[in-house]
Amino acid sequence: MLSKALARHKPLGLSTPSAYPVSCSAVAEALPRIVDRMEVADLEVRRHVGACPRCQADLAQYRKMLRALRQLRTEVLEPGPGLLPGILAQLEQAGERQAMHFLLTGRRAAYVGGIAVATAAGATGAIVLAVRARSRKPRLVG
Amino acid sequence: MGQAAHPSQGDSLTVSDGSGNHRVEAPVKKPVIPVEELELVAAAKAGDRRAFEELVRSTQAGVYTLACRLTADPDDARDVAQDAYLRAYRSLQRFRGEARFSTWMYRITANCAASHLARRSKSRHEELGEDEAMVDDRPGVDPESMAEAASLRDRMVVALADLPPSLRAVVVLRDVYDLPHSTIASELGISEAAAKVRLHRARRKLRETVLPMAGEENAHAV
Repeated sequence: MLSKALARHKPLGLSTPSAYPVSCSAVAEALPRIVDRMEVADLEVRRHVGACPRCQADLAQYRKMLRALRQLRTEVLEPGPGLLPGILAQLEQAGERQAMHFLLTGRRAAYVGGIAVATAAGATGAIVLAVRARSRKPRLVG
Repeated sequence: MGQAAHPSQGDSLTVSDGSGNHRVEAPVKKPVIPVEELELVAAAKAGDRRAFEELVRSTQAGVYTLACRLTADPDDARDVAQDAYLRAYRSLQRFRGEARFSTWMYRITANCAASHLARRSKSRHEELGEDEAMVDDRPGVDPESMAEAASLRDRMVVALADLPPSLRAVVVLRDVYDLPHSTIASELGISEAAAKVRLHRARRKLRETVLPMAGEENAHAV
């Protein structure tokens, strides 16, 4: 529970509004998560912030900072004239390397396939010859 | 390519009247993808190099900008952008087209920047002597220049550049580019919990640097 967690953090000697058992430092600790909507502030926190000018200022500063960060999203930095040709040249090279790779792996597969077929044919022929030779041998009777 | 609309997020103190601690799920928004972009992606996937080049042309400024924000260095940003497009080209068949191409590129760029910065910090540790690491003579860092940087935006850019790369990456991807925590965690190779912790640290540091409270160190007078 956020309120209990905040109350646990309450440091002694801080002049928070006494009616609300939540300290300013605990609110400051929780603000990032609340502003980011990772947590929802409970009533005690809201009351504290409503009554505490420091926490209100803190919240305003926090929002201001987030707005400034979001503002950066609208800016686009010019990359300079060299970037695009560099990327395209790199892609060209990558494309060529890829084509070469396909070619080589394709040829290699053809070689391996040919050797495999030849080996299989040779083995089959040897077996056939061996069977025939055995069948031609004269049988000893007696 | 036009900038994607930036969805509004927790800009208000949301309050529940219950005493419990609540998690708030961000609404899932389906991106609107222009037909032209869908066609280009399909053509590129089918092997049309020109279509991919067109996608590069339309997104390169945005990708470079993100790379700059993440690395805080234009040369590193160029390397990261090149690396990101090469990686995208090689894994284009895995792009399902459910998000904007630019969003997919942002994820790849974040990943490339993280790898790039990790490699660079390793080599820097090897290169730098103890004395060199102590000196920071960049123009934007000395107090006088900081005072001269009038606008909040300028101070924010300097403060972002001064953050450690691991914190900078999280705050840029979350607060500037609005990527979800899960995506950030996945692209940076960290847990979602770690990403959230880093985000809070980064925000705290930024706020302390950019918008210090008047009499921050004093006890408040309420």
